[in-house]
Amino acid sequence: MAEPIMMPNLGAGMEEGTLINWLKQVGDTVSDGDVIAEVDADKATVEVPVEISGTILSLEGEPGATLKVGSVIGYVGQAGENAPAGEAKPAASSPPPPTPAEQPAAQGNGAASAQKSGNGAPPAAQTAAPKEPAEAEADGDSDYPAGVKASPVARKIAQDKGIDLSRVQGTGPGGRIVKADVENYKPAAAPAPAAAQAGAPGAIPAPSYGPLPSGPDVEVIETSKLRSRIAARMTESKQQIPHFYVTTEIDVEAMLALRKQLNEGLDDAQKISVNDMVIKATALTLRQFPNLNSHYYGDQTVRHKRIHIGIAVALPQGGLINVVAKDADKVSLGTLAVTNKEMIARVIEGKLKPDDISGSTFTVSNMGMYDVEHFIAVINPPEAGILAIGSAMKVPVVKPDGTVGVGNHMKVTISVDHRVSDGAEGAKYLQAFKKLIETPMQLLL
Amino acid sequence: MATKNLPMREALRQALREEMQRDERVFIMGEEVGKWHGTHRVTQGLYEEFGARRVRDTPISEMAIAGAAVGAAMAGLRPVAELMTINFAFLSLDAMINHAAKIHYMFNGQFTVPLVYRAATGWGNQATATHSHMPEPIFAHFPGMYVGVPSNAYDAKGMLKAAIRDENPVLFTETIALYPKPSPVPDEEYVLPIGKADIKRQGGDVTIVTYARGVEWSLQAADMLAKEGVEVEIVDMRWLRPLDMEPVFESFKKTNRCVVVEESLPMFSFGSEIAAQLQEAAFDYMDAPIKRVSAMDVPLPYAAEIELMALPNAQKIVDAVRGVL
Repeated sequence: MAEPIMMPNLGAGMEEGTLINWLKQVGDTVSDGDVIAEVDADKATVEVPVEISGTILSLEGEPGATLKVGSVIGYVGQAGENAPAGEAKPAASSPPPPTPAEQPAAQGNGAASAQKSGNGAPPAAQTAAPKEPAEAEADGDSDYPAGVKASPVARKIAQDKGIDLSRVQGTGPGGRIVKADVENYKPAAAPAPAAAQAGAPGAIPAPSYGPLPSGPDVEVIETSKLRSRIAARMTESKQQIPHFYVTTEIDVEAMLALRKQLNEGLDDAQKISVNDMVIKATALTLRQFPNLNSHYYGDQTVRHKRIHIGIAVALPQGGLINVVAKDADKVSLGTLAVTNKEMIARVIEGKLKPDDISGSTFTVSNMGMYDVEHFIAVINPPEAGILAIGSAMKVPVVKPDGTVGVGNHMKVTISVDHRVSDGAEGAKYLQAFKKLIETPMQLLL
Repeated sequence: MATKNLPMREALRQALREEMQRDERVFIMGEEVGKWHGTHRVTQGLYEEFGARRVRDTPISEMAIAGAAVGAAMAGLRPVAELMTINFAFLSLDAMINHAAKIHYMFNGQFTVPLVYRAATGWGNQATATHSHMPEPIFAHFPGMYVGVPSNAYDAKGMLKAAIRDENPVLFTETIALYPKPSPVPDEEYVLPIGKADIKRQGGDVTIVTYARGVEWSLQAADMLAKEGVEVEIVDMRWLRPLDMEPVFESFKKTNRCVVVEESLPMFSFGSEIAAQLQEAAFDYMDAPIKRVSAMDVPLPYAAEIELMALPNAQKIVDAVRGVL
């Protein structure tokens, strides 16, 4: 039986990507885990794996097409089998705009699907062919009750709440709408504050500074997807999150000495960077401050039991992306260093995996390599805080005996969401973080 | 309340002893139950304490044991007849199903058949295909006989005492692998009601419905899943008949997802029954198909490694739970 290939989740909040290339063709045999496509997500090129094995029966969309997360992008089945016609998309309300409708009208199935999914709602893309009742019997997803694939409890909740299931995106197996999808569903039409829509690029209203300047003295550059995304997220963060900031200065002499010692004899692929040590310290300190490893959702705050540290990485072509060091408090410093290096290499090559950039619970931004004394970072929503790491600098210090000597200090600033936490906790976090960096052997425990 | 950790075989022995002391109509019969102390040592010491009249060694004939127990029960005694292992109960199906389970009905209530058939059950240890059955669902198929399937020492004692006191015939099977497993058993006397399931672990994400040794595997799986943040609720049915579905419905309405774990075979099984009743009673609460973890649908292989592959285990349960999330 033909199984749909679903567009996978591309990472926190990303809802769609642009198809760059199919890496497999119809008729190719694939097995679970094979990469079938490259997609330009908001932030980077992402490889799309299949989660089923078999022969590719169909692939939906040409390079350049927009693929929505959770939509059907093809079918896998047995060789010789036909792909279900009509390729009903779970998100019937938002068909991908770029490609002209390709369903062969003679099949009439697209129309049947639209008709059945209607349930009062206007069909998404009416094809011209007049419908005959018999067509409703045709094979395909439209055979599901009311034209949508949904679990019984999802149907019940939708009925009770008056939600039109054809507008809900299914995230269950094969695109099934499950309970969580209906419970989390928010009607798109509701006049939401800007932030609610921040997931979609360009959702933040453009500033009105008068007419767009033109002429020989200026160059007008289209805002890239990545820039729109950053603009949306950062505007959301600064408009909605009441940031407060705490700065401390840390003696890094011991940490640098330890690093030197650790790296002795290691080849480059294994070497531990200052950043790796900072990430480790950040994560270990978060263990003591679970409140800062939580995400604020208004009436509820979600406390994450695992600690995944987002690492802000500048992209060679401009822009910025967070790769995620998973369980950074638990994995050894050596493993952390290797994993981070590999992820950062994938950023530079534009070959990120969805997993590389999803799931961060707290973020570190390190500008130590740019010779900055200190800076403050903007929180990456919905996280509760971010650490900004400055350069290690030679500074005059007053020694315990009263004489003046040379020290090696680094300034660190934590930005914290005041809805989640208060100044004292931010300060205590930094105190613990500082202690860990200054007695760095604990990073090896 | 003071408790002692007792292996299940000892808790069962206490139940038998207490009931024999309480009611002189209670007696034990079966192969090797007396002088030999029982194949699984459950009746150890009882022959010495109660004598050959109340702890009767029988010839090797399950038909005779099962049939004589029916007659004795009809005549006013309360036999606890041991079938050594449930595999031999196939020889005595007529006495068990056509007689024990039906007489109360066939004689319009003039007779009751207050007997207990005890039998060791379970797979494993290379007992080969003919000695590796868990056919309890076959017996639960027929109205007229209760079927008790305890998962630990505490439950086993309280359930067996209830079975001996009940006026209805009861098949009571004891998983061999659980005989040595200890659990806290109160010093004071207690009886657990017939037909009452028990929540062995609470959780909000997925309901596991199981019994007997499935409980042990499910608890192990629950620990593994908890590390991933998945909280399962484990319903130990304790009795296949009467089947206490209320706690299952209640749990399912909370979790919307269910995995049934059974050590027995998958066709026409415990899992089929639970799944069928759930979809009838709680269709609108279902968020994923109900999955079953069963023994494989094969005669149990002899080779040790392949034998294990054919049986359920904690990892198979973890995989099934992930499959409904």
